[in-house]
Amino acid sequence: MDISFDLLLNAIFSGLLLGGFYAALSLGVSISFGMLDIVNIAHPAMVILGAYLSWWLNEKFGIDPILAGFLLGPFFFLVGNLIYRLYYDRFEKGGGGDSLRGLAFFFGILFIIEMILILAFGVDYRNVNTSYTDKTISFGVVTVAYRLLIPFVISVGLLLVIRWAFKKTYFGRAVSAVAQDPLALQLMGVNPVKIKGYAFGLSLFTAVVGGAMLIIIQSVQPSAGREYIGLVFAIVVLGGMGNLTGTLLGAMILGVAESMTATFAGPSWAPAVSFGLLLLTLVFRPQGIFGK
Amino acid sequence: MNKNRNFYLGLVLVLPLLASLPFWVQSEYFFFAAYSVLQFVILAVAWNILGGYAGYVNFGSAAFFAIGAYSTIVGYKLHFPQGANILLGTFMAGLVGLGMGYITLRLKGVFFSIATLAMSVVLLTIVTNTPFLGGARGVYVIVSRESPVGTGPYIHWLYFLILAMAVVSVIISRIIEHSWLGQGLMAIRDDEMAAEGLGVPTLKLKLIATSISGALMGLAGTTFPYLITYVEPTATFNLSFAVNSIAMPIVGGLGTWIGPLLGALLLGSIQQIASVTLSSSWNLLIVGGVLVLFVTLAPNGLVGFFKKWSGK
Repeated sequence: MDISFDLLLNAIFSGLLLGGFYAALSLGVSISFGMLDIVNIAHPAMVILGAYLSWWLNEKFGIDPILAGFLLGPFFFLVGNLIYRLYYDRFEKGGGGDSLRGLAFFFGILFIIEMILILAFGVDYRNVNTSYTDKTISFGVVTVAYRLLIPFVISVGLLLVIRWAFKKTYFGRAVSAVAQDPLALQLMGVNPVKIKGYAFGLSLFTAVVGGAMLIIIQSVQPSAGREYIGLVFAIVVLGGMGNLTGTLLGAMILGVAESMTATFAGPSWAPAVSFGLLLLTLVFRPQGIFGK
Repeated sequence: MNKNRNFYLGLVLVLPLLASLPFWVQSEYFFFAAYSVLQFVILAVAWNILGGYAGYVNFGSAAFFAIGAYSTIVGYKLHFPQGANILLGTFMAGLVGLGMGYITLRLKGVFFSIATLAMSVVLLTIVTNTPFLGGARGVYVIVSRESPVGTGPYIHWLYFLILAMAVVSVIISRIIEHSWLGQGLMAIRDDEMAAEGLGVPTLKLKLIATSISGALMGLAGTTFPYLITYVEPTATFNLSFAVNSIAMPIVGGLGTWIGPLLGALLLGSIQQIASVTLSSSWNLLIVGGVLVLFVTLAPNGLVGFFKKWSGK
């Protein structure tokens, strides 16, 4: 009994850490899908792109991968801004309702990113080793690896900073306003397209930082993003659309559920957990556990 | 009526030509390529029934295809004849389509899309963990080397089968387009609330559409095990089926029976050529690139081009 209790405790703990990291992966989708109503199904592929670029900067110049992620962030922000301009021009300007083509657009982007990564870097798994990746720290019976602890701290920190910014800054309030009533915002003299462009840029900023952390947690290959598509949307739906605190809690729940499944039923069942939870949420509580 | 006569007249002229290919084309590879293109014709036409007419994006084509393929595996293990396996797979995929529609179609369209993707992964995980279906290692299917109708190698027989299935799919899609079902689905696409208000039974129509669409995708998968003779989950649930079945109708022209057909013939053939001349990684890059180009620049697809060009 003792051993299985330790096992349970360790599973819960590593689930929480993993969940914190999942929060960073879902943060961008929570912004783009939850607040801007843009279904960026290519978000996880952009995370993988970020992971590869961080790996490349580490390999070439020896920059710490997480630092590399933050250095790449502004560049991703700009690209996100441009993508939104194109998206707006093609799919939103005509009065919306063209979500079918918008969805197909991002689905196409997903495959373009994957194939460019395959052509540029090959299909091999890549990983980064830093001074801290193999270290662990013990609290009683629970052992925690730094490679999980550091991303956890950064993810939760990033989420809290962005949550604070959405509540307290002018830009953040404008984003919330654009989600609720773009016309009213326009009448107040704010350009909703500009605001949404910045917000979408921010969502890609979080994608590259998430990717940089992913590559120190585990090895990455070009189509690894597919595994996270269901995960991130499950977390966002579970947490309630556009609710960042809900996203964090949803991520923790999924992290623990996955880690328990992997420990007690075998890792091959883990992918079904997030998707299964997503299906159940959609059927029984489409507004999310923490939604209104 | 005139249009109907032209369609069936065209079919009567083209079909014997396509069906006679095994008698005068020597290359066996040609039939593998033709099989692959026709398989995409079925998937694209099937996707269009829900996606094109009703405007609901299904990301789970690969899952429906795999249901067809794995139903065949079950039938094969129970020593069912091939015809029974084809019916079984089609029926099962239609049933899952109905169930899928039932639990998600009352939600906003986007949730349906995400749920279809989710279903794909759940089914993949279940198959990977089910030893009877071969698990992650896969399962072998033994086929005879000769075509049962005596024209040469077995691939000729598979070619006849997939050709017949493709023709049936196109005819079904065309009948739907010109019936109350198609009209109702297009009303849903244009304005679901208004359609509902005018007394269109939206949920019922959408459920019929998901069932038929799913069944046809399953149909495309039922002969897949006989083609590759070794079925394993990652190849069967391949997302390339999903992206192709979305890209082809969009490139051809959404919401018309001929659009997916044109798109599948064009993109399917380009991919066959690219696999031979470049490498198969290029396939998905081409499909993804063409998809993004068409949705941003030519929202009405090839059909839209032809209409503009002929001044209609």
